[in-house]
Amino acid sequence: MSAADAAAAGLDARRIDLRINGRLIVDGVDCTVAAGTFSALIGPNGAGKSTLLRVLAAVDRPEAGTVRFGPDDLFALSRRQRARLVGFVEQDSGTELSLSVREVVALGRIPHQGFFGDATAEDHTVIESALDAADVRALAERDVTTLSGGERQRVLLARALAQQPRLLVLDEPSNHLDIAAQLAVLGLLRSLASSGVTVLAALHDLNLASAYCDHVIVLRNGVVFAAGPTAEIITPRLVRAVYGVRATVLEHPQTGRPMVAFGPLA
Amino acid sequence: MSRATRSILLGVALAALLLISVTFAITIGPAHITPVDVWGSVLHHLGFGHSPLSLLRDGIVWQLRLPRVLTAAAVGAGLALSGAVMQALTRNPLADPYLLGLSSGASLGAVAVLLLGVAILLPLAAFLGAILALGLTLLLASSLGRITPSRTVLAGIAVSSLAAAVTSLVIFWTVTGDSYREILGWLLGSLAGARWPAVGIGFAAILIAGLPIILSGRILDAFAFGDTAATSLGINVPGARWTLLAATALLTGAMVSVSGSIGFVGLILPHAIRLLVGPRHRPLLPLSAIVGAIFLIWADTAARSLFDPRELPVGIVTAIIGAPVFALLLTRRRSAT
Repeated sequence: MSAADAAAAGLDARRIDLRINGRLIVDGVDCTVAAGTFSALIGPNGAGKSTLLRVLAAVDRPEAGTVRFGPDDLFALSRRQRARLVGFVEQDSGTELSLSVREVVALGRIPHQGFFGDATAEDHTVIESALDAADVRALAERDVTTLSGGERQRVLLARALAQQPRLLVLDEPSNHLDIAAQLAVLGLLRSLASSGVTVLAALHDLNLASAYCDHVIVLRNGVVFAAGPTAEIITPRLVRAVYGVRATVLEHPQTGRPMVAFGPLA
Repeated sequence: MSRATRSILLGVALAALLLISVTFAITIGPAHITPVDVWGSVLHHLGFGHSPLSLLRDGIVWQLRLPRVLTAAAVGAGLALSGAVMQALTRNPLADPYLLGLSSGASLGAVAVLLLGVAILLPLAAFLGAILALGLTLLLASSLGRITPSRTVLAGIAVSSLAAAVTSLVIFWTVTGDSYREILGWLLGSLAGARWPAVGIGFAAILIAGLPIILSGRILDAFAFGDTAATSLGINVPGARWTLLAATALLTGAMVSVSGSIGFVGLILPHAIRLLVGPRHRPLLPLSAIVGAIFLIWADTAARSLFDPRELPVGIVTAIIGAPVFALLLTRRRSAT
């Protein structure tokens, strides 16, 4: 593979193992996310999605396996280099500190700054454009502890964007949000992917995954059950096999994308 | 005015207030001494000119009041800094520098050497006691699984209770007459015995542990959203946590060794500064240190002069001021959440 191919290759994880308290949670997972695409990681509760995401976001080191992004082995890089390459948005993350929204977004500049953390003109430019990109400029002076769930999620996304990551990993970014906020966040991720960022998000809602994602990776019991283009993966057979639920897959009347209608439990 | 500008102005004003506090606190007491006398004496001892005071009164300034006020400043600054760090690392704005068993461990060490009659080893014993208690706390917390803030706090409570019980047992079995008062004074927190060696210990601890902490503001900021977020911002979380905890143990142990355990300074002051300049640690840490110094200088001045000639342990003064403020902060928090 030439250097150019590698640079275009996006996220490439091979044979990832991770144990928690002796139990194998992630078992030999291979997965890829092409550069500049938006992929969903789906699967039932307890499948190991969050554990796998922490490895793919280079937060937790796996026991075995490699995680590459483009030409780089993520765990061979320094912590700061990694943090400039990969942004991670946790599920339900919060703080007790009454930081302003702009101060929270400024935290994303830490991996780009020296020990004394003096903000340069470039830092300010990046912070302002992250505020715009995540649509939180109107909240910039607000106290982050007073925001609604949807607002806070967008602020944390802006913090990750201030890292100027090439890879963005998110754990259930639409959790606990109302439908408008869910669509806003996923629309934002979609447009980030279009602008060249590689995006991987764990999602519970198969319809949201179908509507917004290029590819889907299905995790069950710590192994990849299926992976591929959304329309090929989201099928009645798969929903039945993975979730034990009967479903019909329709075509969305406006977008033409797959749409899942669930039958009652047998 | 932006938070940054306000922090700088506040820093300059507080530094001036600290200098004024040192000067005026020295003038207070039974022997009449003016601020001009204070500086005359200090300059004389630094090799400039003659002291305006008689030998006896010059001794009161240089041998008694100045070292006591400087020790109060160092201890106040150290405790406030420790408090701010503990609050950041445990992600609990109401955490205390004594939370992880530091104070009870130090007290046990100190009481043990006082009773063995080797008071000269007191600072070392208090420091070792603090480190041992911290080690025990972290060992206990990690044996419960991954070290989390809440586990650390619970383990700290267990270790504190144990050390306090052993201290009580030792006192109960062995203390008689005179040493009782000495030990009680120390347990309640007192600067009555602070002379130049105490100043040396206090300022050495500020230099060795306090300054690195003050410079770590940006790292502590990264912990605002927890360990995972700090990791994804490129921070070496275990490394930063252990280094900062060790620095805090050193700072607290040194302060406890010269003053006994003085409560509420580390708990209240960083919280109050946060209300003024926000929670970012780069302004918070230095400002907490300065305000801690000013606060403890005046608390100790009150402790030694309010009921003159009897002296109160300064820990009682800080508790009488601190407990109601703490209660007020708790109710504010309830209305905020």
